[in-house]
Amino acid sequence: MTEPSYAGPVSASALLQQPPPARDFDVLVVGAGPAGSAAALAAARAGCSVALLERGPYPGSKNVYGGVVYGRILDELVPQWWEEMPVERWVTRRSTMVMTADQALTVDFRSQRWGTAPYNGATAHRSDLDGWLAGHAVAAGAVLVPATVATGLLRTTAGTVVGVRTDRPDGDLTAKVVIACDGVNSFLAKEAGLHPRQDNARHLTLGVKETLALPREVIEQRFGLTGRDGQDIEILGCTRGIPGGGFLYTNLESVSLGVVVGLPGLAAAKVRPEELLADLKAHPAIAPLVRGGRQVEYAAHLIPEGGYDHLPELAGDGLLVAGDAAGMCLAAGIWLEGVNFAIGAGMYAGRAAAAAIGAGDTSQAGLAGYRRALERSFVLADHRKLRKVPGLVLSERMQRQYPGLICDLAEGLFEVDNPRPKPGVWRLLRTAVRRHDISPRRLLADAITGMRAFG
Amino acid sequence: MTGQPGEDYREISFDDRMEGTEFRVSERAHITVDTEVCDSCTVRSCLHVCPAKLFVPRADGGILFNFEQCFECGACYQVCDAEGAITWTYPDGGLGVVFRKG
Ligand SMILES: Cc1cc2nc3c(=O)[nH]c(=O)nc-3n(C[C@H](O)[C@H](O)[C@H](O)COP(=O)(O)OP(=O)(O)OC[C@H]3O[C@@H](n4cnc5c(N)ncnc54)[C@H](O)[C@@H]3O)c2cc1C
Ligand code: SF4
Ligand code: SF4
Repeated sequence: MTEPSYAGPVSASALLQQPPPARDFDVLVVGAGPAGSAAALAAARAGCSVALLERGPYPGSKNVYGGVVYGRILDELVPQWWEEMPVERWVTRRSTMVMTADQALTVDFRSQRWGTAPYNGATAHRSDLDGWLAGHAVAAGAVLVPATVATGLLRTTAGTVVGVRTDRPDGDLTAKVVIACDGVNSFLAKEAGLHPRQDNARHLTLGVKETLALPREVIEQRFGLTGRDGQDIEILGCTRGIPGGGFLYTNLESVSLGVVVGLPGLAAAKVRPEELLADLKAHPAIAPLVRGGRQVEYAAHLIPEGGYDHLPELAGDGLLVAGDAAGMCLAAGIWLEGVNFAIGAGMYAGRAAAAAIGAGDTSQAGLAGYRRALERSFVLADHRKLRKVPGLVLSERMQRQYPGLICDLAEGLFEVDNPRPKPGVWRLLRTAVRRHDISPRRLLADAITGMRAFG
Repeated sequence: MTGQPGEDYREISFDDRMEGTEFRVSERAHITVDTEVCDSCTVRSCLHVCPAKLFVPRADGGILFNFEQCFECGACYQVCDAEGAITWTYPDGGLGVVFRKG
């Protein structure tokens, strides 16, 4: 082999004068996260020979998320998945909390329907979840290759992707189609020139998470849960005005507490992420829920939050990109759905690769069915519909002004200050708008954007 | 915010915070920092964004970097604008951070 090269922002493709006459595999999937395992599973089921590369010692070992997976998309891949998926708790309570330093308003919804089959969301750890899904890919015939880094693409001088270089002694692996599911940093997609700009820090947030162990009964009492029921709480207004949000999720015998903040905002504010976590843990609405929790793991990961308007090219000659590698995470501070989008995208990528191989055309045009399938499915339909939401949730107003506005409004409504007569909602709103220096026109415009996006 | 001084969870030291996370440390430094470039950097974004606190200010005003307890998140190279300051790669297969509760 030539001198060692490593996977990173400057990794470069190895060029071949001629396309290799035979390929080791039909499909090579890089990354055994949810996107990669779904892609490998779909391609193997469609009859392809598949290798699934993972740089960590086991699937999930490099991966971090908040902790809730929405499994509906799995109906198509693993029927009755709920009977076997390694779940901590089934989410039956979803809450959104808006807070200031000493106020909090929570919208709390509970549905026992979500606690029985076919379920809705579940908390799970990635080492369990990713390993389980990779296991399905292997059962379908894919070869899992862990502890192996794809250090760069193998390309012909004409630019067609024909495989990857790895850090194994025996080096290169060739395939008819490479599916890059290598996560948010996706050096492979960047190397192939699919991302328009190398610099996308503006659309990246950093998530940090503490896993805090608590006895099962304590969690049930504090969160009002029974049996395997679980709660997720999304939090807005806990990041000192830095664009972002927080979360608190219940596992069986631990809770996951985290904050997610925009990278440029964090750097500009000169605040360290664990300081925000400390704030959150000390907040009067959160402290009683996490008190005494023993930290068992601290973790961090980036999230792509660009949304629909910042998607890269999704296909090249011999190459597809899926999941966070293509920025398909539906995220906006408090809102984090990436695993389901990754599974959906991976599944369509695996199918499109198999179809293109079957048709004998794995060029960019031959792989174009992938984007069409995504546009028809929830993956890009939801992103299209919610394209304005990341901008709104991460805006100055939503981060700095609206939490205070909302909490003051609630405080005004709920406070009893007889003998003064109760104030009307409009008067309260006017007062709060003035106090927080909010432009009524912007407020109206944001309300309309919000209603359009969700309506 | 309203943290009560003396409440146990606020006192967790950074070392304690990192203690539960497993690292299979490689001999090769997967990230290197040319601290001479850092000497002329005024923004120092890495000091704030690196979740593992691997960039630390030195008494003489320079920057010290350790690669061992790295989450491999990528935040540092994403925020650093100085050409050539950070050389960033993934550790070799199987090495580096190993999350169990991710
Ligand atoms: C703090 C935080 C909270 C989140 N909360 C939620 C949530 O509650 N619910 C939700 O649905 N989503 C959540 N998300 C988003 C979700 O984690 C991602 O959208 C999802 O993991 C994307 O899956 P993926 O398969 O595309 O990428 P990843 O899960 O990142 O998988 C990529 C895989 O590729 C491997 N890899 C990378 N490069 C190489 C290489 N060169 N060679 C070999 N292997 C490689 C990695 O080791 C990894 O296993 C959260 C994210 C964060 C960071
Ligand atoms: S690593 Fe980059 S941001 Fe940090 S001090 Fe050096 S030049 Fe500045
Ligand atoms: S990759 Fe992340 S954890 Fe590692 S040094 Fe950079 S910012 Fe710190």
